[in-house]
Amino acid sequence: MPSLKDLRNRIASVKATQKITKAMQMVAAAKLRRAQEAAEAARPYSQRMGAVLANIAAAVSGDDAPTLMTGTGRDDVHLLVVATAERGLCGGFNSQIARLAREHIRRLLRDGKTVKIITVGKKGADILRRDHAKLIIERIELRDVKQVGFVNADAIAKNITQRFAAGEFDVCTLFYSEFKSVISQVPTAQQIIPASAPAAPAADASASSIYEYEPDAGQILSDLIPRNISVQIFRALLENAAGEMGAKMTAMDNATRNAGDMISKLTITYNRQRQAQITKELIEIISGAEAL
Amino acid sequence: MAQSFKFELVSPERLLVSAQVESVVIPATEGEMTVMANHAPVMTTIKPGVVAITVAGGKVDRYVVFGGFADILPEGCTLLAESAIHVDQIDRADIARRIKEAQEDLNDAADHHGRTKAEEYLGQLTTLQGAILPA
Repeated sequence: MPSLKDLRNRIASVKATQKITKAMQMVAAAKLRRAQEAAEAARPYSQRMGAVLANIAAAVSGDDAPTLMTGTGRDDVHLLVVATAERGLCGGFNSQIARLAREHIRRLLRDGKTVKIITVGKKGADILRRDHAKLIIERIELRDVKQVGFVNADAIAKNITQRFAAGEFDVCTLFYSEFKSVISQVPTAQQIIPASAPAAPAADASASSIYEYEPDAGQILSDLIPRNISVQIFRALLENAAGEMGAKMTAMDNATRNAGDMISKLTITYNRQRQAQITKELIEIISGAEAL
Repeated sequence: MAQSFKFELVSPERLLVSAQVESVVIPATEGEMTVMANHAPVMTTIKPGVVAITVAGGKVDRYVVFGGFADILPEGCTLLAESAIHVDQIDRADIARRIKEAQEDLNDAADHHGRTKAEEYLGQLTTLQGAILPA
């Protein structure tokens, strides 16, 4: 049985922890708002990019399409880009993405493919290093970046396209967490090379035929596809940032509540024990008086 | 008064301009072009340069863009810029930095094709620097 002093110390320390988790929750909430705004602000660009790409892909015949779009025709070497958060304390956020990636890796390895991994974010690298340390070819950390900018995404995309041009892999898949809502983030795998062209709506088919292209459509397309990869990665990073903050907020909310429960339980024990001690002292006094 | 049309300038980070405008001068890769209402549908890549937007009412707004492409339709025009900054906020150090990066790219370029591209980009940037500096 812990003494009264122990209980008092215990309650004080849980209260201090609760204050910290509470503060972290509020910080996450504020950052979440900012991340959501950033994700929303980036949406028009990626939407228009998708529309333009669909339009132009319909206009370019299969043979002219750049290899980034058609692929190398092989399916042997897979590059997995696993984007996670830089920091922990956000519930199952990082492990969920890592789990999806690990399942994917296992399946690919079973089928006899070669797998290479690029991790974006420290946490994913930490988790995947346990099982697949040899497969990780590069680790990108964005720890110093306060707000993910397009420049960061662009640098990663350039890295990937360069590797593709050097023939280091055939298929590239991006792992990130899609931000559905504050309480739900869905880990997602998205193939970015070869790029699956969004299907052009049938009504647009006639519109694309009257378009003039300057320079010609093939050249624009080969300019557009790498840019689209950057945009996809940028979007994934932003979704991740928002998702991380959402998950952190939920996790910290739970932690604060748990701390609250713990405090009330400890307080009850403390009070009971104090009462018991008082009763014990009273009995001692009374029985002492009776003995006289 | 000239007919106005919808113009949007979008960078990956945000939507910069969405307004009714009279005309827009776009630095297309194969030469500048002025877009007005009811322009024929054109899709073009753009080079680093200055976009001049004449808003309905006659006010001219200028933005510096660094690469991207434009989607022009009779009823509107969308400019997807890799990055775009208002002329007032442009920083000479920023352009100098980009030029330096382009120079490094040029030195790193492995094949002939890559070198031509890097050289072209560097040229466009230096022109841009020259165009803005007196301002």
